[in-house]
This record gives sequence, structure tokens and C-alpha cells, in this order.
Amino acid sequence: MTLSRRSLLTTTAAGASLPLFGRRARAQAATIKIGVLNDQSGPYRDTGGTSSVAAVQMAVDEFASKGFKVEVISADHQNKPDLGTQIASQWYDRDGVDVIMDVPTSSVGLAVAGVAKAKNKLHLNIGSATAELTNGACAPSVIHYIYDTYMLAKSTGGATVKSGGDSWFFITADYAFGKQLQADTSAMVLASGGKVAGSVAYPFPGTTDFSSFLLQAQASGAKVLGLANAGGDTVNSVKQAKEFGITIRIATMLMFITDVHALGLDVAQGLTLTESFYWDMNDKTRAFTKRFLPRSPNNYPNMIHAGNYSAALHFLKAVTDMGLPAAKASGAAIADRMKAMPVVDDAFQGSIRKDGRGMFPAYLFQVKKPSESKGKWDYYNQLQTTSAEDAYKPLSASTCSYIKA
Amino acid sequence: MFGFSRPQLIAFLVMVVLVAGAPFVLYPVFLMKVLCFALFACAFNLLIGYVGLLSFGHAAYFGMGGYVAGYAAKAWGFTPELAIIAGTLAGGALGAAFGWLAIRRQGIYFAMITLALGQMAYFFCLQAPFTGGEDGIQQIPRGNLFGMISLKSDLAMYAVVAVVFLFGFLLVHRIVHSPFGQILKAIRENEPRATSLGYRTDSYKLVAFIISCALAGLAGGTKSLVFGIATLTDVHNAMSGEVVLMTLLGGLGTIFGPVMGALISTAMENYLAQAGAWVTVIQGVIFVTCVLAFRKGVIGVLAERLKIQL
Amino acid sequence: MFMILGYPAPLMFGQLLLGLINGAFYALLSLGLAVIFGMLNIVNFAHGALFMLGAFVAWGLLNFLGVNYWFALLLAPLIVGVFGVLLEKTLIARLYKLDHLYGLLLTFGLALIIEGLARNEFGSSGVPYPIPSLLQGATNLGFMFMPIYRGWVVLASAIMCLITWLIIEKTSIGATLRAATENAPLVQAFGINVPRMITLTYAGGVALAAFAGVLAAPIYSVNPNMGANFIITVFAVVVIGGMGSILGSIVTGFGLGVIEGLTKVFYPQGSSVVIFVVMVIVLLVRPAGLFGKAA
Repeated sequence: MTLSRRSLLTTTAAGASLPLFGRRARAQAATIKIGVLNDQSGPYRDTGGTSSVAAVQMAVDEFASKGFKVEVISADHQNKPDLGTQIASQWYDRDGVDVIMDVPTSSVGLAVAGVAKAKNKLHLNIGSATAELTNGACAPSVIHYIYDTYMLAKSTGGATVKSGGDSWFFITADYAFGKQLQADTSAMVLASGGKVAGSVAYPFPGTTDFSSFLLQAQASGAKVLGLANAGGDTVNSVKQAKEFGITIRIATMLMFITDVHALGLDVAQGLTLTESFYWDMNDKTRAFTKRFLPRSPNNYPNMIHAGNYSAALHFLKAVTDMGLPAAKASGAAIADRMKAMPVVDDAFQGSIRKDGRGMFPAYLFQVKKPSESKGKWDYYNQLQTTSAEDAYKPLSASTCSYIKA
Repeated sequence: MFGFSRPQLIAFLVMVVLVAGAPFVLYPVFLMKVLCFALFACAFNLLIGYVGLLSFGHAAYFGMGGYVAGYAAKAWGFTPELAIIAGTLAGGALGAAFGWLAIRRQGIYFAMITLALGQMAYFFCLQAPFTGGEDGIQQIPRGNLFGMISLKSDLAMYAVVAVVFLFGFLLVHRIVHSPFGQILKAIRENEPRATSLGYRTDSYKLVAFIISCALAGLAGGTKSLVFGIATLTDVHNAMSGEVVLMTLLGGLGTIFGPVMGALISTAMENYLAQAGAWVTVIQGVIFVTCVLAFRKGVIGVLAERLKIQL
Repeated sequence: MFMILGYPAPLMFGQLLLGLINGAFYALLSLGLAVIFGMLNIVNFAHGALFMLGAFVAWGLLNFLGVNYWFALLLAPLIVGVFGVLLEKTLIARLYKLDHLYGLLLTFGLALIIEGLARNEFGSSGVPYPIPSLLQGATNLGFMFMPIYRGWVVLASAIMCLITWLIIEKTSIGATLRAATENAPLVQAFGINVPRMITLTYAGGVALAAFAGVLAAPIYSVNPNMGANFIITVFAVVVIGGMGSILGSIVTGFGLGVIEGLTKVFYPQGSSVVIFVVMVIVLLVRPAGLFGKAA
């Protein structure tokens, strides 16, 4: 596991180093440069990380190039918004990067979107969850691809309330994502006649012991413990809940198949979660997975990996369609072209709305019992499908300003 | 002028020329980062180099200055110069409170107490609503200087940062060479003796501490305007360690040392940005090497070779 | 539900237990710091990193050599102790004649190196370490639900603190050690190899940190920052207790852990700063610390 990550890092590091004498270091005009900026060492390294870089590279390799070269570089933002801002500025300003992709960790995602907006450069966000990216913080050159907090609240939250879980206690990662997810889920719970019994926010990143929050949740008397966190934090919370014999029902508001794998089916069985992609969904996703695995031998693809592949491919199609000079000239123009074209590939089929919201169905899954699982990574039973129109916040309720003009 | 010796004056003029010319050769954003850290290190050096106090929590004042300046500029619409002044005052005020507590103990205890107080400030910033927690304060506007001159371009901002830096640098130098500075040095050399001469050493130490913290706040406030973001990174104890490193590497108790240290340290981080945790390892190695074999630092050694004071 | 002062009893006892566990780590770490400071006059900033190293050694022993938890509890402190001997002999010993601040800076640098290397190798979220099978599961005590392993941590560290205290206060080795702390040249004159004693004291202190690290591994998942998170709080504990007495650091460590735990019940937002607030109060009332001698 560490080996593949390290070798990937070294191959991309050279390209990503930030030149001091930046003014001379322009990318060649006939090259499209894709920068993948994500967490490669922290709690989200397995949900995205170098596997996301590999997915983008796969899209680039599979894309039959139409007369231009494509280069992929990557960097680790360590989940720090200030570091994300700095790298994004230098990539756009000095290194001739045309699009920054992935950027999980909503606080960093929002910071990078701000940079992209100011510089009219394209940002394809796959990893972040906050719905703010297509609302208050929306921008003509920013696209939010495969999921958001609103859709998680609607799918997982809605289903939980419907099945009787009507009083909630939240354990929330204390940053943009956690807060937004808690807010969206609370709104969903209240709208369905439920109530929120309490919540506790913990410092992110850096918290590994959740036991004291779990005790508070237990003592609150709520029926559902909503985990408004992700990645390694979710894994630790679920494990420790088991250790402390926490009996209330747990709603993992954001969970990926990679987290299920880390927990093991023994612990994870029965949890419900929402993803917009599952590798074993149909022939196309299985074909995609088959091609992806040699590039990322330890991780089956989750929705972020698949989303990075699809977004990169869609971007390259749009560049080819409008021509290289026009694509490089304006982030908003290339985003508009991407919105005008349907998304069709092995991982995703759908479209991108005019506010930059990727429109794909949301699937509610339940994690299988160990006895039900027939093979490697055979983890999910599909419970329901929410169509894109129902899953995402309708445009009429959007707070995005530029679409109203 | 300003109590400079002749070699110091020459070195100072060279530095001014370099500061003025650099943005036409190097990436201005990088240079602004260097200058902000250089000012921060100068402020820190005032304590360790001239009073002999090792403050191991200096990031608190730097970071608090950044938050307050950023908040003032963003939420209250302060013009940049007022926002930076607000940051300076915040650094000074926090320094007054923490300094008043910490000077009750000496030596190693002083270092440990400032470290602990710095950590307390960190936890405060983590939870206080105005700091934005882990998100920080984002999209801080650079605004218009005196409400007139737009700082949107990097060069305009650079000019402001350069002026702020030179002001801070000269101020530190002036303080060190004032009668007040002489007493500080006397306290460093022999505190009981200074006491017996009738000086209330605690008051002197406290005033020096407050000045240092205010300058740290000035540096932090300027930095948050440059980058348009103020985050926990700047209040974290790793930042406290970094400023110690810069000063140690450049030369404790030399006026140009902290500037040199900040330049080397920031350049190193910039070049090694992709090396991730290796930066930490290298910083550790520099610490160990400096302490064991290079206690005078780059400028200290240079001054010794040239037989001058720098 | 059974209530105490208006709070549900399971919450109260649960947080108290968690407080005791944290207190156990504070006690073990501040104890090691106190032992080292007493003898070497150095504040060992690398203590947190060595605590973390202990956890990683245990992880390595398990994953590469198949050495289980119980042997790791013995071996990891030994290995880290030997590492401590190397550090003391090659680096720290050069600083005894200089200002104490240099010792702080040197060990700070060592901490950066060790933590940086670990972060490079394992990423910042680290690796899991399973709870040993003997201590898995939990018992329902009626008023609370107690994971067996967490109970064990409190017990084991209390025992270890007691052993250390006995060695220092009640044995002849301890007596020599205390004498050397007071007056090293005199002890040397009695034909005792003081430099070697200093080395072994340092090794002993860091072995305590490593022991704490192994205890912590199954709880916090072994990660490169686990020590850095603890060490500053432990410094505050040391300032509160004063580095004067062994017993003092043990009592302060456990006591502050409990205070922290209780704060989590009554005012959760304040739990991360309560120890520092206590430090401020102690500084105002008794600058030398609760158990410290006036400087």
C-alpha cells in the first residue's frame, strides 16, 4: 500500500514543485495541465489520495488525444486551507495549470474555489461535500461533480427518518463540511417532523479518540447518532461505538466503500450510506473497475475515484470540442461547454446543471452481512435510488447569485 | 543613524536595495511571505537575543494578529492599514496578558509556560466563532490603502509589506540601542545585579515582551492580508517552533540574523513543498546541528569572520 | 436513569474513566520528565516523540515479528530505552555545560526528526493497533459500560508509577540517584560512575514514555502526532505540579486528568483548555507549582 503511494508521489513531485523564478516557467501552449490537489497523508488519503490521481491519469490515457498533450501533476494539501490557497494560486499563476481537480476537505475546497473564481480558472471539485460550492460560494468556473451534503441528507437522512429514527444527536467534524452536513441533515429531520437532541463538534484533523463524544450521544437519549464526518474519522467513531457498547442506531452520513473496507464487514454490517457510484452496479461500472484496479491495486474505486475519472474525461472532451486556445482562455467558458454536453462514460451518465451541480442519481446502500458477501469488496445491497432532480437542491431554492443574472 | 555602526549601515542599505529590487526578479508572493516571517523573527529575536527570554509560544501573537486583522478587514470593512494596526494591537494585548503571567518564572519554566499559554490560545482560536475554526477566515480582501490605492496587484501589496517590514526592523534596532535596550541586555547578563541596581526588571521584561508580541501581531496581520486567509496554521505551536528555528539559524542576538533565517527557512519550505514531512525532518536536523555546532548562526558566523557586528 | 448532580450517571462515570486514562498518560509522561529533569537538568522535549515511538515499535513488533502486546509492553520500552542511551551519549551529553535552553532546543529538534520520519512513513492518520484478545470486550458495571482495555490502562499505569516511586524513594539505587541530583561531584567522589548513571536515568525516563506509548496504541491508533498532542499538556501538568517531587507529578497527572474528564461533563467546550486555566491559577497563587520548591 505504502509502496504504490510513494512511487506515485515521486513521479508527480517533480512536476508539482513550485518554481521560485516562476515568471519563466510557463506550460507549453499545446499542453493541457491538470493539477490534482488532495489529501495524500491524512484521514482522507484512502477516500481520494493517490488513487484519485491514478483515476485522472487513467482518463487521460484512455482519452484519444486530438492534437494536444495532457500532463497530470499532484500535490498534498494536508487538509489546510492556507496551504490549498497557496498551491492553487501558484499552480494557476505560475505553473500554467488549466484545471485543479478533486480537492476534498470542504474548507480547502471552498478556498480553492475562491481562487478559481478570482482568476477565472476552472476548478472541478469531486472530493468536497459542502453544498455551498454550488450555492453561496458558487462561481461560473467551478463545477461540483458527484455528491454534496444536501444529497446525503436527503438520501441517508430521509431514509433514516422514514424508518422511525426521528430524534438525532450529531458528532460533527468541526469545519465547513461537518457543519454543512449537520445543518442540511437537521433541516431534513425537522422537516420530516423529527427533532435534534444535541450535537458536539470535534477538532479536525487530529482527533482519534471519540469515546467521550460517544458517551454524550448515548446520554442524550436520541434514537439516532448522526456522524457528520468522513474517512478515517468515521471509521474510528464506528469502531469505538462498538467498543463502548453504544446501542443507539448510527447513521454514517458520509461513508465510502473504502471506509467499509477499513472497518470490515463484521463491524460495518447493516450501516446505511449513500454513494453515487458502486463498482458492482452494472456491466459498465464493472468494466471501469477492471481497468482501474491495475492502477490502484489496494483500493476498489469509490465514488470519488470514479468521479475523478469521469470529470477528467468530460473535461478533455469539452476541450477538444471547443479547441485548445478558447479552453485555456477562460475557466467559465470551458465550464459552460462542459455544462452543455451530456456526461457519458463507464462510471457516470448524466449532466451538469447551470449552477455547476453535477446531476447524477444518488443510491442508498446497506452494508452486507459477512455471510452475504460473496467475494472481494462485495459489500453493498442497494436499497433505493433517488433521481438527480430529487436528490439535489432545486435551482429555485439555490442561493447561487450568478445563475440569476 | 538609528545607532547603526558603519558595517551595519552598509549591510542595511544593501538589504534595502535587495528588498526594493527583488520583486522584479522573484515571485512577489513568495517574497512577501519571507518579509512577514522576517519581521516575525525580528520580533522574536528581541526577546531571546536581547533579554534572554525564550518564548516558545510566539505563534499565538502572530496568529492572533492575523485573525484580528483579517476579521477587521473582512467583517468590519477596515482599510488595510487600520486592519494591520488592529492586528498589532491584538498581538500586544494578548502579549500583555500572557507576559504578565509568564515572567513569574525564569529560564526553562518561562519557555514551558509560554508554550502552554500558546497552546491555550490555539484551542481558543479553534473554538472561537470569529476565527472560523478549521476553515479559518477566508477571502480576506486586501482592500484599498487609505481607502484610495488598490492593493489587488501583487506589486502594490509588496510595497506595503516592504514598508511595514523596514519599519519593524528599524524599530527593533532602535529599541535595542536605546537606554531601555541597554537595561534589557543588563537583565540578560545578570538579572540579580540589575535588580540590585534598582531596576524593576519584571517591568522591563514585560514591556519588551509586549513590544515583541505587538510586532509579531503586525507581521501576522500583514501576512493574512497578503494571502487573503488566516488559519490555525499561524497559531499552531509548529509555527512557534519555526520562528525559533529561523532566529537560531540566522543568529541569535544579531539584527540581520532573523531576516536571513526567515529567508532560508521560507525558501527551503517553498522548494520542498512537495516533500511533505521531510520539511519537518530537515527542520529538526537544522535544530540539532545549530545547537551542537552552529550556535552563532549564519550571520553570527559571518560577523565573526569579518570581525564586525551585524 | 440514575443521576448525579443532574447528569446521567453513565455519562459522569464514563467521562471520569476517560479522564483517569488521560491522567494515567499525563502521570507516566510527567513522571519521566521529572526523573530526567532532576538528573540532567534538561526538559526533554522529545518525550512526546519517544512516547509515539514506543507505540510504533509495538506496532512494528506485532506486524513484522509477530510479537504480541504483552511482550511488546516489555520490549518496546527496552528498545526505546536503548535508543535513549544512544541519544544521550551522542548528542545530549554535549550540552551539559551550556544554558539549559539549548537542551530544550536540541530535544525539540529531535522530536521534529522522529515525528517527521514517522509521518513520512505512515502518513498523518497512522495505523491501527488491535486490542489484545485477553482484554477485548467490555463489562457492564451497572452504572456504566466499561471497555476492559481502558480499565487495564489505568491499572497498569498506576502500578508502573508505584514501581518507579518505590525504586526512587525506597531502594539504595534510588538513594544514590537522589544524592547525585543534589550534589553530583560528591557522589562521584564516593566512586560512583555519575555519567553512566545520568545515561541510565535518561534511558529509564524515555522507557517510561515508551511504556505509555504501548498502552496508548490500541486506544488512539498509532499515529505520528499522538505524542505532539500530549506533550504540551504534559508541560502544563509539570508547571502545575512543579518538578520537585516524584509523587507530586503522579498525583498532579491523575488529578488533572480527572478534572479534564469532569469538565467534559459540565462544560465540554472548556475541556481542552481547563488544564491551562488551572496552570494560570497556580501560577498566580503558587508560582513554584503545587509540589515545587521555590526557585
